[in-house]
Amino acid sequence: MLREITIGQYYPVDSVLHRMDPRTKLFGTMVYIVSLFLADNVWGYAAAALFLAMVIRLSRVPVAFMVRGLKAILFLLLISVSFNLFLTEGEEIFRIGFLHVTWEGVRMAGFMAVRLIFLVMGSSVMTLTTTPNQLTDGLEKSLGFLKKVRVPVHEMAMIMSIALRFIPILVEETDKIMKAQMARGADFESGGLVQKAKSMVPLLVPLFISAFRRATDLAMAMEARCYHGGEGRTKMKPLKYARRDRAAYAAYAGYLGVIVLTKLV
Amino acid sequence: MAIKVEDLTFVYNEGTALEQRALDGVSFEIPDGQFVGLIGHTGSGKSTLIQHLNGLVKPTGGKIYYNGEDIYSEGYSLRQLRSKVGLVFQYPEHQLFEVDVISDVCYGPRNLGLSEEEVRERAEEALRLVGMKEKYWEQSPFELSGGQKRRVAIAGVLAMNPEVLILDEPTAGLDPKGRDEILDQVEKLHKARGMTIILVSHSMEDMARYAERLLVMNHGRKAFDGTPKEIFRHYKELEQMGLAAPQVTYVVHALRERGVEIDEDITTVEAARDALLAVLRRA
Repeated sequence: MLREITIGQYYPVDSVLHRMDPRTKLFGTMVYIVSLFLADNVWGYAAAALFLAMVIRLSRVPVAFMVRGLKAILFLLLISVSFNLFLTEGEEIFRIGFLHVTWEGVRMAGFMAVRLIFLVMGSSVMTLTTTPNQLTDGLEKSLGFLKKVRVPVHEMAMIMSIALRFIPILVEETDKIMKAQMARGADFESGGLVQKAKSMVPLLVPLFISAFRRATDLAMAMEARCYHGGEGRTKMKPLKYARRDRAAYAAYAGYLGVIVLTKLV
Repeated sequence: MAIKVEDLTFVYNEGTALEQRALDGVSFEIPDGQFVGLIGHTGSGKSTLIQHLNGLVKPTGGKIYYNGEDIYSEGYSLRQLRSKVGLVFQYPEHQLFEVDVISDVCYGPRNLGLSEEEVRERAEEALRLVGMKEKYWEQSPFELSGGQKRRVAIAGVLAMNPEVLILDEPTAGLDPKGRDEILDQVEKLHKARGMTIILVSHSMEDMARYAERLLVMNHGRKAFDGTPKEIFRHYKELEQMGLAAPQVTYVVHALRERGVEIDEDITTVEAARDALLAVLRRA
């Protein structure tokens, strides 16, 4: 059940995208998100779809795996689509009570849905091809300039990578404790809201205890290896741009150009 | 027959790059009242297998019967099954959550819908079975030592009055004294109450001492199935699977190679002592 969530999960295959510098992918994701908000007609979205399809192809992650990630935003998608569909003023198609559907509403709802789907798929391409550690490395380096104004970039990146690292561990732990309590006759599904909340206690208490235990263990292990913050710390694998990254930046520029062109159509 | 497993297969993350075959066509039967040892290297599918036995995991293929009934058939109460087949996970003390020892042990029987009196009775009985003294009952389980916590957790499963008790490495991380105490108590349950026991362990010495039958898992398949004596004869194959025979078996084999006439099926230190004394007396 908990394995179903694919947003933010790394998919281990070898592809150009997997080997790319995380900064390139971060920047690319940003460019893509901006482009989605720039595009305002069918041509713009067609270009965005084409670009996404190409990137997914390059990543060698099965499309089915990505579509599964959309399940998580299904609810959000439904709400935003129906709001746009029923509440946009304009030329009316039909009306049921106070709800009316307009041509403008259909257009807006359609674009909104496409935008949201592309947004989620675009950013999941990044997380599927980049390990959390690479991602934080990339963020730390990209935001390094903030250190000059005393923003603790390294510490924040470290917190983030530890948090990300702990997600699968805690998921596994939850699964294990859940099974252990189910073996003692626990029932996490039936009953009303109060009953359900009550049945969570045997799950949450051990989970919190184990999270604290792991945190102290990790802190101890880090201290034992002389961790003292980011100052003077060097990397085993410093980030370095390669030719494929330069090619990617060129592709971004080309893509943004196309998007801007479609606005002029 | 109590538990019957037929052609059991389980695949993790089916249809993705992370696909992993944890169990592959495993079949066996465990009659009532047997003490079965389950061994295999880390990742051989032992833990996945035992989670199937009380219906916590749905198999990808194959069937499991408990007392002749298919546990995955529609309308079969898995909750009922879980009270009959008690499963003690690895590091069971990590599942404690209540404010005091006795309430934690009460959790299982209370989930069975018993009366409050009966719940209390069962909890007290279970705590006595694992040798927890009365003075600890009102204490917080988090204040106890590691070995005591584990006993409380095992009591939590015993309080459900299971017919079959499955223990996944119940002695991991305990000192030798704590280990012997827990295993002796398990054996007592087996002998005194005729409880079926399935014990997962990495200690071949423990297996030779307690188990009547050994199941050996290797890469998701059943590799061997027989008495400890039969299994440990294959010590060379076991080594290839990342396992071994008890230390004393190696000593016996070395002695035989040097011409000492001693039974090659000796698996416990006590048996080896007696056999050697007999040899010395003859000489």
